[in-house]
Amino acid sequence: MTEAQVWAALAEVPDPEIPVVSVVDLGVVRDVKVENGRAHVEFTPTFLGCPALEVMRDQMAASVAALGVEAEVEVVLDDSWSTDRITGEGREKLRAAGFSPPAPREAATPTLVQLESNGFRCPYCGSRDTSLENIFGPTPCRSLRYCRSCKQPFEQFKTI
Amino acid sequence: MSERAQLLLAIADDELVLGWRDSEWTGIAPFLEEDVAFSSIAQNEIGHARALYELAARDLGTTADELAFDRKPEEYRCAQLVELRLPDWERTIARHYLYEAADADRLGRLKASDDEELAGLAAKIDREEVYHRMHAEMWFDRLKDEPRFTAALEELRPLVDAISDPGLRSGHTPELAELWEVMTEVRRSQPPGTTW
Repeated sequence: MTEAQVWAALAEVPDPEIPVVSVVDLGVVRDVKVENGRAHVEFTPTFLGCPALEVMRDQMAASVAALGVEAEVEVVLDDSWSTDRITGEGREKLRAAGFSPPAPREAATPTLVQLESNGFRCPYCGSRDTSLENIFGPTPCRSLRYCRSCKQPFEQFKTI
Repeated sequence: MSERAQLLLAIADDELVLGWRDSEWTGIAPFLEEDVAFSSIAQNEIGHARALYELAARDLGTTADELAFDRKPEEYRCAQLVELRLPDWERTIARHYLYEAADADRLGRLKASDDEELAGLAAKIDREEVYHRMHAEMWFDRLKDEPRFTAALEELRPLVDAISDPGLRSGHTPELAELWEVMTEVRRSQPPGTTW
């Protein structure tokens, strides 16, 4: 059993709320170690209140255990996850599913003025003529925006 | 109990109880955007409480759920500001604004702490709280000249110092015991042998 095999198994575990992306696409798997036939996976939650946290942890453990090794998934409660860890492939999958990927994390924290600016692109038509409808959305990780060009509401990933 | 565990419980209890109070707007906020916003904020605060309880539970040899739901109301360490049931919008927004500012200061201090575990968790919580502060400040700008809102700020302001300094906390409002009845009802009614 190699660490690459564990990563490959984790790449098949979908995010329970946005199943087009895997936990590896999201960048929530921080580290994988295989020692003496045991796999240890470090997992950082996206948002601490994410109701899918236990489901993700259990699905990761089950998919690794299916390789025939003992699996331990440790939830790491620190600031090491950022939306910058979402992979390029993950961002493309999000866009294709109608979610606008997060803006890059900057040194300064995001501001309302930024969210109300035209820096966000509609995932359907590509226009930047979009407005903030609500800082909050259907899950903690998303905001709601509206595209004035194609008249389509869409969900924007928050930068974390 | 160690000073660290006492501090973790004080903050976790603030976040849990405020999360419950915020969730009381789910379904009945003045308009749909705020229904979504307060539900999401409530979910975040309860998530923060859970993570803080998990650190405390490790120190105390118990579980996050036991800390959150199996103590008596008088054993909670939350500040009175978060306990109040505020069914009017101007007071809810006034509390939100005062709490988020005090919580930002508190998180800033924790992020600078020598306790790496606590500093790391505080940094994660603060990333999420940025969006709560944006929301609170947006509402402050909208309401800052409304007499009902400024009166609510004046009414609640004396309670805010206890958020920053748990040493200033003494006793609870009667509203905490009422909330506790609702918050712990499911756990207290569990048949023997239930596992979570």
